[in-house]
Order: sequence, then structure tokens, then C-alpha cells
Amino acid sequence: MTQYLLSVYQPDGPIPEPEVMARIDRDVTEVDDDMRSAGVWVFSNGLLPAAAATVLRPNDGEVLVTDGPFAEGKEHLGGFSIVDVPDLDAAIEWGRRLALATTLPIEVRPFAG
Amino acid sequence: MERADISRVFRAEYGRAVSVLYRTLGDLDRAEDAVQDAFAVALARWPDDGPPPAPAGWIITTARRRAVDRLRREAVGRAKETEAALLRELTAPAGDDDPGGGDDDRIPDDRLRLIFTCCHPALSPEARVALTLRLLGGLTTAEIARAFLVPEPTMAQRISRAKAKIRDARIPYRIPSAPELTGRLRSVLAVLYLVFSEGYTASGGDRLMREELCDEAVRLARVLHSLLPDEEEVLGLLALLLLIDARRHARADASGRMVPLPEQDRSLWDTALIVEGHGIVRDCLRRGRPGPYQLQAAIQAVHDDAPSADATDWRQIVALYDQLLRVAPTPVVALNRAVAVAEVEGATVALEAVEPLRETLSSFYLLHGIRAGLLARAGRTAEAAAEYGAAAALCRGGAERDFLLARRAALKA
Repeated sequence: MTQYLLSVYQPDGPIPEPEVMARIDRDVTEVDDDMRSAGVWVFSNGLLPAAAATVLRPNDGEVLVTDGPFAEGKEHLGGFSIVDVPDLDAAIEWGRRLALATTLPIEVRPFAG
Repeated sequence: MERADISRVFRAEYGRAVSVLYRTLGDLDRAEDAVQDAFAVALARWPDDGPPPAPAGWIITTARRRAVDRLRREAVGRAKETEAALLRELTAPAGDDDPGGGDDDRIPDDRLRLIFTCCHPALSPEARVALTLRLLGGLTTAEIARAFLVPEPTMAQRISRAKAKIRDARIPYRIPSAPELTGRLRSVLAVLYLVFSEGYTASGGDRLMREELCDEAVRLARVLHSLLPDEEEVLGLLALLLLIDARRHARADASGRMVPLPEQDRSLWDTALIVEGHGIVRDCLRRGRPGPYQLQAAIQAVHDDAPSADATDWRQIVALYDQLLRVAPTPVVALNRAVAVAEVEGATVALEAVEPLRETLSSFYLLHGIRAGLLARAGRTAEAAAEYGAAAALCRGGAERDFLLARRAALKA
């Protein structure tokens, strides 16, 4: 069994309207529940928006602390799930469901070791 | 037995051997190494002993033995657990997948698993084609590099990264389940068509064709068809391959020189394949869900239906190309359409159709080759000669290049 990170990438900008968000939350929760029932769930959670992030950069033994997300870009990590499944196709199946539930792109990446 | 003959046998059985060894060993590099090791043994033994009666079985058994040898060396050296475990599995008493001494049909056919693995969507499109040609087609990295006009180190890296991706992301060794199948299939069809094309018009070496690649592509297309009898595009691909392959024996003359379609001795065409291909095309027409492969098959069906080049129904071919352009609007399709247009409306009109393609296809030898033919027919001899020269310079296949140069020489006569 291999652990895969299923990351949700969220575009910057306004979040969807409440009814849309409610449906997304419901759909994501359903996927989450199914992951637990299937025994593949390791971890999952959404992240607070990028504005709540703090970045730490090492520089010559010192660490610089700044406001803001790690990467400048039009998308940020919105949340992730970790599943423990036999192979990539199994991970892709869960990723596919998450993509449909969140309406967003999902990156499926294996953990090392 | 000559080295070239031994190579030919290995090339023909490579895909099958690798697919079985991969199932046993779980690692593509190990599977390939094992088959390469078996090749070395064959080179040493077959010239004296002659080839074994069932080469596929011999190759797989020998490859497995070599793999065990390698694992023993590695396991002892560094007490590696994985190697030791694998070794225990491999040297256990033979199971039902032991190829045995005789019947090649007893060897399980894992090639379909292998092709779906090679064509997995997690791999880039270029990687899929390269990996299929390498693992199933048995082409060398150099040959694949030539086929795609990229430097060899680039291709070597592409293949090695693809294998690493399969390993690291754990792409499973399986045939996709029913819901995924149609989508996964599209990529497989594209790859098979490319394998066939490489076999039919070799991009390297002196032989015009590598029949074993054509045979491999046709065989895999048949297997796909038996697995998915209702997929129209699988039918279309199979028909397309059969209808082109039917002309195989007319394609080269006794000295291996290329004979183009209009000049082929049609009595050498394989009637059985044509009948089979036509039957499939009619079936596709009845199903009424045309797609690119079905349309291409229909075009070849029209060609193969003509008792002589003059009797070819070019208007129908142009109409089919018009349909094909709508579903597959690519420069190469437009180029091939122009050839048909020349037969109906003359070379000058066809040249106008080719004009907008010249820049995009400037490094494609067939653009120059086709344009040369059209220019020659339009009486623009000097330009035709230049285009034949350009085509020959870009063409990697010896037989085709000779053909192009001969055409240029004939212009001066």
C-alpha cells in the first residue's frame, strides 16, 4: 500500500456563492466519508485562505518570517487528503471524485518510502 | 544462424517476453535486462545449436534464469531484502505460468496489460509512444529517437523517466476496468497506429518495412478487438491496419526498392485481408458512429477496392478526407487530402492546398516528397527536383530515400 497526497488547487479571487459552497462542502464530505468507510483515509482537511499563511525563509543560519503564502501565483493549495491505496489507479479514482466534488484541479502525488 | 536472424527473432518476441517477465519481476528495467541477457545467450548458442523450436518459451525461460542469477549476485552482495524475496518467489516450484518446452500458446499473454501500462494517462503522450515502441516493439532507443526526430540522449531520458514514473507513482499492471476502458483506449489506438506506421515505413535502416512491427500492431489490434468488440474505433483501427497491410507484398520490388501505390502490382495484394477489412468497414458504416480511424479505414477500403490505379474512386476519397478533416483537422490529414485532390482537380489546385502547410510541416519529409510529385506533374521541374532533394535529405529510411532520389533523377531524363 502506498500513501498518496491529493491536493486541491484553488484559484485566487472570490470564493463561490454560499449555495455553491454548501454543495461543494456536502460533496467533499461525502467523498471523505467514503474514504473512511473504505479504510483508505489517512488525513484530510481544508486550509484557511492564503492570507492566513506565514512564510519562513532560511538565510545564512537566520530565518526570515514574512506574511503571505509560499508561492506567488494565481493558485494556492486549498486543502488536501491523504489516502493509503494499492496503486495509482486507486488513488486516481479518489482524486477523480474529489475533483468533481471540489470542481477544482487535484494533484495526485505519491509519498516517498 | 546469423546474428541478424537472431535479432529478428528477439525483436519479434521482445514484447511478449518483457510483458511476462515484468509480471514476474515487477520491474521494467529488470525485465528488459533479463531479456537482453537471454539475447546474449542466444547469440552464443544458436549459431551452433540452431534456434530452439519454440523461441518465445526459450527466451522467457532463459530470461527468468538470468534474472535469478542477477538477483543472486545482488542479494548476496548487499543482503538486500527485496532481491532476496524476489529470488525466493522466482525459484519456487514452477506454477501455471511456466512456459514449458513446447506450446507458445501456453505462455500467458500479458502484452495487453503492458500496452495499457505504457499508454497510461499519467505518462506524457511522447512517453507513451516511446515506451510502447521500446517495450512492445523492441525498437532500440536510437531507432525510436530517429522516428521522432529527437536526439538519442533525449529519447533515452524520456524512456527512463517514464519507467521511473511507472515505478514511483505505482502505475498498476492491469487492464483498466470497464468504466475507464473507452478513455484509456484512445491513447492505445494512437500508439498502435504509430507502431504500425513505423513497421510499414521504417524510419531507419535499409529495409523499407519491419514486418514484425506491422504484425505486432495487427496482432494487438486484433486482441483489442476481441476484448472490446463494440468499440467502433477499435474496429476502425483494425480495418485500417488490415487494408494497408494487405498491400504489403506489393510495396517493395524484388530488390527491396519501394513501389508507390499507383504502380503496385495489385495481384500481389492479399485478398483475404482486403475482404476482412472491407467487411469491418461495412460493419462500421452500419453502426453509424464514424471516427477518425473508421474514416481512414474507409479511405483505404476505396483504394483496395480498385482493380487498377486508374479505377480508383478519387472523388469518394476526397469526400472521406473532407469528413476526416472535420474530426481530425491536422496538417498531415490536409496534406494527404491534397494528394487525392490532385487526382480530381489537378496538380495546381492541390499545390494551392499544400501551400499553407509548408511552414508547419517543413521538417516532415513527406511534405517535400508529395509537393515534389505535384510540382513535377504541374511541369515545374526545377522546383520538383529541389523538393525531391529536400525530402531525401530529411528522410531516414534508406528505401524511401532511394525512391525519392530516383524520382529526382528521372526528372532530368
